[in-house]
Amino acid sequence: MSQPNLRKSPAKFTIPKLSYRVWSVWRRNLDVFLKTIAVNFLPSLLEPILYLVAFGFGLGGFIQEINGQPYINFLAPALVAIAIMYGSFFECTYSSFVRMYFQKTFDAIATTPVSVEEVVAGELLWGATRSTINASIVLVVVVLFGLVTSPLFLFLPVFAFFGGLMFASMAMCFTSIAPHVDFFNYPSFLFLTPMLFLSGTFFPLTAMPQAVQAIAITVLPLTHIVNITRGAISGSVEPILGLNPEILLPISIIWLIAVTAFFFVLSINLMKKRLIA
Amino acid sequence: MGLNEVLIEAKALTKKFDDFVAVDQIDFKVYKGECVGFLGPNGAGKTTTVKMMYCFLPPTSGELKIKGFSVLTSSREVKAIVGVAPQEDNLDPDFSVIQNLTVHARYFDIPKAEAKKRADEQLKFFQLEEKACSPVTGLSTGMKRRLIFARALINKPLILLLDEPTTGLDPQARHLVWDEVRYLKKQQVTIILTTHYMDEAQILCDRILIIDKGKIIEEGTPTELIKKHIGREVLELDYDEKLVPQLKETFSGSRIEKLGDRLQIFTDKPHGVFDSFLAEYKPQNVSIRNANLEDVFLKLTGRGLREI
Ligand SMILES: Nc1ncnc2c1ncn2[C@@H]1O[C@H](COP(=O)(O)OP(=O)(O)OP(=O)(O)O)[C@@H](O)[C@H]1O
Ligand SMILES: [Mg+2]
Repeated sequence: MSQPNLRKSPAKFTIPKLSYRVWSVWRRNLDVFLKTIAVNFLPSLLEPILYLVAFGFGLGGFIQEINGQPYINFLAPALVAIAIMYGSFFECTYSSFVRMYFQKTFDAIATTPVSVEEVVAGELLWGATRSTINASIVLVVVVLFGLVTSPLFLFLPVFAFFGGLMFASMAMCFTSIAPHVDFFNYPSFLFLTPMLFLSGTFFPLTAMPQAVQAIAITVLPLTHIVNITRGAISGSVEPILGLNPEILLPISIIWLIAVTAFFFVLSINLMKKRLIA
Repeated sequence: MGLNEVLIEAKALTKKFDDFVAVDQIDFKVYKGECVGFLGPNGAGKTTTVKMMYCFLPPTSGELKIKGFSVLTSSREVKAIVGVAPQEDNLDPDFSVIQNLTVHARYFDIPKAEAKKRADEQLKFFQLEEKACSPVTGLSTGMKRRLIFARALINKPLILLLDEPTTGLDPQARHLVWDEVRYLKKQQVTIILTTHYMDEAQILCDRILIIDKGKIIEEGTPTELIKKHIGREVLELDYDEKLVPQLKETFSGSRIEKLGDRLQIFTDKPHGVFDSFLAEYKPQNVSIRNANLEDVFLKLTGRGLREI
């Protein structure tokens, strides 16, 4: 009898086949989140208030206006952007890793009609949801501080979901290669921290050399997230590399869509490779 | 079983991890309503085979069909009709005992009310009702294994894969599991069972496959295997060098083995032969017992045994 070699190379890069079942994975995480809402909610409410008080009022008093707006107004949209970044990144690194590696939750779900791809996609959507929740909390604080000057801010929760999906997908790529949970110190310090400071968050990028501006706009995702949140909250965007908002905003949107799509597909493929021996 | 539907069929099924062959070209069929035991030493390839049946590990080569569906191309259809109680604990520590069942049911699209009903039934049967709202992290090992079994039944599977379902259970709990297996057999549920307890396999399984180093080395009903490899009865006595010649003479043609510091004589000869030997030589610590599956297992997988 001939022996067909059925080795279905999981190494092959494919567009994942997903169904509504991803939502049952998402639901699982939502259920757990709601059980522990008290611990999840308070810290994320307190942090933006501290930032606004300390940096906005405290430090801001020593800083001249930026483009005709007080420093605290400049800072506020960046805090929403940072919440988008941290929300899904931590969810899809540390939390997903714990579920995958220690709790074997992915293995258990994979015995049901939910596929491994759908498990990972459900985790990504949940990460995006965490970003939405965290960013919305910050947004509420920002609104209560009276720092919103454009009605476009109402779109931000939806935007936070897609921005969160991008960071979730990037995070999941790290998870797919993480040998142990401490590994995530690398992306946290080498990827998130530089972004935190070099993406036009705490000061405009125009203050930086052209080379830094070029790096920020080509490889730092947070730059584009900040562009959008700032546009939506204050109605103005800081120029980067001399580009004005009419050009900068479409660039950011296209950049985000392309990068999100790429990492979404990549992360599911990498996780599949890790999970299916 | 002849007229029965084949529910699981493996042809030259092979699984390699890099260059290591964990399952080596095995062929087998499982019919509807059968309970088939997979026995084999640690590392034989039992769990690997079971994992291929629930589409967790893709076969490296060969074919594996579950109710006609290929595990490679129709995993969704396969997983819908299979219930899995894995060897390792993968209960969800973020949830309570009952939520472990209802959340699992949701992955099968079972409506909420129905899921709750099934979960309550299972908890009742497995005597976990009192723990329904406790976190699973607080369960004992045996309770966890029972919950894992209960979870495997939540989708009312046609095929049930039980990978060491009774490891770590107390005798009562083990009987509970046995009762459930017997009940499911009556319901025509097809069961694959791996176990290291030979008494369990002998009691529950209609057919046994013995696996060693990734290959199926023997198969048959427990009775057939015992009859073929061991005989009817086993005489056991303390090892005594001086007795060996007499033993060999009296039981010529029978297998005589040394297991640890005991001697075992496997024979089909009627009882009387033992009696006259015992009367004459009065050896130490004698027992005569029926041959069992453990004798077969030890003989075929050849660990710790020496023929003299
Ligand atoms: N993911 C894996 N990667 C590499 N080797 C593996 C993997 N899973 C199993 N093996 C190897 O395959 C062999 C068979 O393992 P398997 O778990 O199937 O044994 P088993 O018969 O279930 O044993 P036990 O009775 O101890 O449960 C072992 O040598 C094991 O080390
Ligand atoms: Mg095993």
